[in-house]
Amino acid sequence: MTKLVLAAEEFTPPGVQDFFPPAIFGSVTKPMVLLVLSILIIGAFFVAATRNLKLVPGKFQFAAESLYDVGRNGIAREQIGAKDFKPFVPLIITMFTFILVNNIFGLIPFIQFPTMAHIGFPLAVSLLVVYPVYHFVGFKRHGFLGYLKHQTIPPGTPWFVLPLMIPIEFFQKFIMNPLTLAIRVFAAMFAGHLLLLVFTLAGEFLLLHGGAMIVVAPVAFIFAIALTFLEALIMVLQAYIFALLSASYIGMALAEEH
Amino acid sequence: MVKTLILGAEGGINPVIPHTAEIILGLISFLLLLFVISKFVSPRFEALYAERTAKIEGGIEKAERAQAEAQKLLAQYKEQLAEARAEAARIRDDARAEGQQIIDELREQAQAEAARIVAQGQHQLDAQRAQIVAELRADLGRTAVQLASKVVGESLEDEARRRGTVDRFLNELDAVAAPASK
Repeated sequence: MTKLVLAAEEFTPPGVQDFFPPAIFGSVTKPMVLLVLSILIIGAFFVAATRNLKLVPGKFQFAAESLYDVGRNGIAREQIGAKDFKPFVPLIITMFTFILVNNIFGLIPFIQFPTMAHIGFPLAVSLLVVYPVYHFVGFKRHGFLGYLKHQTIPPGTPWFVLPLMIPIEFFQKFIMNPLTLAIRVFAAMFAGHLLLLVFTLAGEFLLLHGGAMIVVAPVAFIFAIALTFLEALIMVLQAYIFALLSASYIGMALAEEH
Repeated sequence: MVKTLILGAEGGINPVIPHTAEIILGLISFLLLLFVISKFVSPRFEALYAERTAKIEGGIEKAERAQAEAQKLLAQYKEQLAEARAEAARIRDDARAEGQQIIDELREQAQAEAARIVAQGQHQLDAQRAQIVAELRADLGRTAVQLASKVVGESLEDEARRRGTVDRFLNELDAVAAPASK
């Protein structure tokens, strides 16, 4: 007992180890369960909402329609263009809702874990879905050499900067884009969750073992609450950005001119 | 840097290195969700959007059609009204012309009638006058002869002489009367 208190009195800040809780059973971990839960929630929500669509929507249908509308008209049509966006709508909707729900898991009581803070999940989507899709449609649209030229030489580039421009553009379009896409959401979720942990755990520690410092505990909790609101904003924003950038890559690959 | 991170992390976990199991699970989950949404959700929404668009466009088209029809009817009514007005004016003109004609005819008839009556009166007058003159002539002759007979005391039997005397007298009378009657 004494040992435990002594150990706790030396405050151990939260770290990477908090993102890797022990497996629930076998090799199944918490984020894996959450991921499966998320697709069940999204799938059930949309299928239930579209079961009986009406021209004049009810409340439930209106909610689903608004969400669908953000992906369809707000992201896909804006970025890809009214001519080509139709086939990509399901992809954009799936990305947006998939990342949105998994991010928001970080704020749901008892779940409180943003699945996307494990880089494997966003990387799976960006590297194995978005990357092949936009290069595939680009090659299909412009031909092999045509697409390489389309992607690496922005129109209006003076000839003497081409030796510099082509490697940079190639590096960005063919190597960096999927990585940055995944890292952006992963880092935001990781850092945000860590921040929340720091303030919550510090508040708890001050409250239980702070002694005279107990008066500071409410400050820590107030910060934690304020950061929760900020996190909520970032979670939605990151999901939106992920879908937006993916759509924009597809749009750029399909565009006739830059 | 990487070394310290790994050292700092318990059990040597590096959050930047993806787990293969998570990539596989993430991909499978995503593709499953993508399948559900592209198979069941998107087509329904797209159908709804199409239906909505069709309904709105249909409504607009219907309104346009109704407006065009109303415009056509209005033009038709205006045309009919103009026609009716022209017809009315024409009828009025006709009636006026006809009235004038009737008046003219009646006037002509009346004038003719008046002329006829005047002529007839003249005629009758002339006839009566002639008759009276003849009667008077005969009467006057007889009276004159009777008177002369009484005065002379002898009968002027001789027809030829009598007629000659009387006629001569009357002619003289006429000659006297003619300037006066003119």
